[in-house]
Amino acid sequence: MSDLPLSRQELLEQFGPTLRYRPPGGFDQQDDYEKLVPTHCCFCGQQCGIHLKVKDNAVVGFEPRTDFPFNKGKLCPKGVKRYLQGSHPDRLLHPMKRTEKGFVRISWDQALEETVSKIREIQDRYGRDSFAMLSGVSLNNEKSYLVGKFARLALQTANLDYNGRLCMVSAGAANKKAYGIDRASSSWEDIAKAKVIFVIGTNIAECFPITTDYIWRARDNGAKLIYADPRMVPMARTADLYLPLRPGSDSALLMAMLHVIIRDGLTDQKFISEHTVDFEKAAAEVKDATPEWAAKITGVPAEQIEKAARWYGEAETGMILHARGLEHQVNGVKNVLCCANLALATGKIGREGCGHSTITGQGNGQGGREHGHKCDQLPGARDIENPEHRAYIAKVWGCDESEIPRKGLSAQEIMNEIHAGNIKGLLSICFNPLVSLPDANFTREALGKLEHYTVIDFFLSETAQHADIVLPGSLHEEDEGTNTSCEGRVIKINQAIDPPGEAWQDWRILLDIAERLGRGKYFRYQNAQEIFNELRLASRGGTADYSGITWERVERENGVFWPCPQVSEKGKETLDASELDSLHPGIPRLFEGGQFYHMDKKARFTPTQWSESAEVVDSEYPVWLTTGRVISQYLSGTQTRRIGPLVDQYPHPRIEMHTRMARQLGIAEKEWVTLETRRGKITLRSMVVNTIRPDTVFVPYHWAGKQSINMLTQRALDPTSKIPEFKVSACKVRKATEDEIREAVEAESWTSHIERLPERYGLDDRRSELTR
Amino acid sequence: MTLRNAIDQRFFVDPIRCIGCKSCMQACSECATHRGKPMIHLEFVERGFSTQTVPMVCMHCENPTCAKVCPADAIKRTEDQIVQSSLKERCIGCKNCVLACPFGVPRYYPEIDQMLKCDMCYDRTSVGLKPMCATVCPSEALFYGTLEEFESRRKGRPVNSFQFGEQEITTRVFLVLPEEEVSLRMDVIAHMDARFDSDAFDHIDPFGHLEPLPMQGGGV
Ligand code: SF4
Ligand code: SF4
Ligand code: SF4
Repeated sequence: MSDLPLSRQELLEQFGPTLRYRPPGGFDQQDDYEKLVPTHCCFCGQQCGIHLKVKDNAVVGFEPRTDFPFNKGKLCPKGVKRYLQGSHPDRLLHPMKRTEKGFVRISWDQALEETVSKIREIQDRYGRDSFAMLSGVSLNNEKSYLVGKFARLALQTANLDYNGRLCMVSAGAANKKAYGIDRASSSWEDIAKAKVIFVIGTNIAECFPITTDYIWRARDNGAKLIYADPRMVPMARTADLYLPLRPGSDSALLMAMLHVIIRDGLTDQKFISEHTVDFEKAAAEVKDATPEWAAKITGVPAEQIEKAARWYGEAETGMILHARGLEHQVNGVKNVLCCANLALATGKIGREGCGHSTITGQGNGQGGREHGHKCDQLPGARDIENPEHRAYIAKVWGCDESEIPRKGLSAQEIMNEIHAGNIKGLLSICFNPLVSLPDANFTREALGKLEHYTVIDFFLSETAQHADIVLPGSLHEEDEGTNTSCEGRVIKINQAIDPPGEAWQDWRILLDIAERLGRGKYFRYQNAQEIFNELRLASRGGTADYSGITWERVERENGVFWPCPQVSEKGKETLDASELDSLHPGIPRLFEGGQFYHMDKKARFTPTQWSESAEVVDSEYPVWLTTGRVISQYLSGTQTRRIGPLVDQYPHPRIEMHTRMARQLGIAEKEWVTLETRRGKITLRSMVVNTIRPDTVFVPYHWAGKQSINMLTQRALDPTSKIPEFKVSACKVRKATEDEIREAVEAESWTSHIERLPERYGLDDRRSELTR
Repeated sequence: MTLRNAIDQRFFVDPIRCIGCKSCMQACSECATHRGKPMIHLEFVERGFSTQTVPMVCMHCENPTCAKVCPADAIKRTEDQIVQSSLKERCIGCKNCVLACPFGVPRYYPEIDQMLKCDMCYDRTSVGLKPMCATVCPSEALFYGTLEEFESRRKGRPVNSFQFGEQEITTRVFLVLPEEEVSLRMDVIAHMDARFDSDAFDHIDPFGHLEPLPMQGGGV
């Protein structure tokens, strides 16, 4: 089954990516829309409020939604053009089965029956855990919760994990360890009130653009910005202090900052003694971590490290922000813990203008990791191995505790086991591992070894092209439910249109499969709100307690921050909305008064030791390779590589390198360059700039096939979070050969520039700008 | 909102804040009257040397050169001081305006044989809404509000008077200059450890195959 059912070209013609430039019916339709639906953008964890214009059951445009407090109308280009994914010609409209002639249309009944009989066959033959499920955090909270329950009670497999595994899990694990809870410590309003903002390992301008406004507001009030990144990304350009650390050296920098803070007496001793434990142990580990020592590892001048530490330590208030640059590493959890140590040592957490937050890349990255489609968690961020937690969830689910499987494998481990032939069947929903997991050739081989693969999705992603059965699910705007934004604010996604053709809402598909598996008694929901109400009950008493949150409140209050426990005087089991309304306000800023979420209410310092990345440069592979995003694309590009104006903004990935490296290798701007690691090679055009370290190259990861940088990244995992080390690889760089160029040109032609819509229009004449 | 109020609302362009995201262009192309064409430009200062970008809208001059040079009288200035895009019936596609505008704003679109440029979202601003680009700009590099509002909460020096040779131009739109001088050319090497040389990395030599890299104060 490893081969694709059709040639690349044929798949492309049938399933895209097709570039779409205009709303259904053309721009004239935008004026006389029928309704404006208030909802949110689906393309990153900021979850900007937006209005969708709807006409004839199609989304025809957008209107800024200035009433939503987080973004007040602001949007990035993805938010502006997101409406173009509706009515898209590539949209999957009916179930399909793979045959020798390609994908053919079949009935829902047949598609579901075949899926169910394969699940039974594989589980009968190889055991229940031989059938795995992979889920995505573009799913709302209701669906995330449902997937967790579905995998455990309908599929009865332990092997369920989600694509948040490639995102915030390192931060999640570290936050739990340090603070006892996995959430951003503060609402974004605290950023605007901070006196110093320390940003490390995140290109805020491109990955979290609305956050730039919060930073500017702070700076207008005199705040300083410290920016650490191997590239001088747009916000770093304007920073008061820029630290160009090399990929993988984050903890050395952070440990040296703690060293200086302790050495210079900038710690908050009262806070440390009253609200934390293990400070001495952490302090002992940074005793020798001098700025001079860190300068050698990071390449950042020692004086600058001192300055960063002093600015952060001396300021009255301060905020630390980080994202995947720091977290996508085998040392990801440790790196985040180093940040927590800084925040705790200076007492800059739990009060106004203070905090330590990770930036949530994926749409529902925050909520998606709280309700149980993570291999080690049950709803409410409960521990799947904890007997009390298991017993509580079993009660909510109405099953026996023993029926809930134990901790399963994480996403990359599932793929490893598929490759090893131990997992034989897979059901996936909204996850494109062929583009998003590291070492793509390995993933492709693994997919080829599956005995059965059913996919639920709305476009035929690169991974879905390997499926046996394709079930058309729903887009963001075709269903309703709640998401949880980067701030921890639960917000409401409203349905704007019905799923087109024969597509179904995802949760209906899962319910039907459960019924056919004979497990329907656990899944009696009439609508998504009933799922949410069960989620509330299931989360009650957990750290991620949503029990006091109702859909009505979320709508009325423009979002409610969790934890928001049910505060019923009568202590009843009911979660009746009318009884609970407004009883608990929700908590925008955690840890006020130094109250943390461990049993003793104290935060934990973690002693950390410096260690290298899984792969370091050597004479054969002498250049650091790091990866990341561009603003116009989202994750594996399944959605955004189909939206013409976004593709035009950055049509193909390029290899960003310093002028100095380019000159030494004789490479000119836009020339074809081949990059090699121990996993593979890629040929792309160069982008020659002075805004990157001269020993590092950067390639964005949103593209597929021969343009996928994840062919080159490695499968090494952080031992705690099991996040792969996307951000640090050793590579070599050279001019491409004639053959490589020919192949690369061909790859460009089929990845994104097939145009079925002749009316292409607009930004294309500006396309060249980006390539300047 | 009355027209008088609308005149109090000013448009501010602050390039230092611009993050080059092109939301403004994407949103402008969605304006009711634009039908897929952005009327705002985004320029990279010099991508090789900087991530600095500069958004450019029509400055809505008090005495618009584009209108002055238009032989067909296709460019009108409204009483609330907005310089309109060319009138379709009048524009003869001669491109005089494109050549004459000191800010390089008007664009000629051959497929419709007409000049188009920012009209400050007249369909929106005339009914009290903010222009599309200034509404969405994530970084508030484009800001729409009163001068007092700007000055009470923002840094930077808004100017709306420009000298081009002999010509002095006053505009409805303000350009925001930074309070201190900023360097637009930048090089990461200048921020790196001066001792960043082959033995700075004891165990590895990232540039073993390249020439050594002992430098600070950089440039290329
Ligand atoms: S992608 Fe993120 S920043 Fe952009 S509009 Fe959507 S939610 Fe806002
Ligand atoms: S939207 Fe704002 S930040 Fe983005 S490119 Fe335009 S002016 Fe710059
Ligand atoms: S003011 Fe309106 S017309 Fe002018 S550039 Fe902005 S969005 Fe476009």
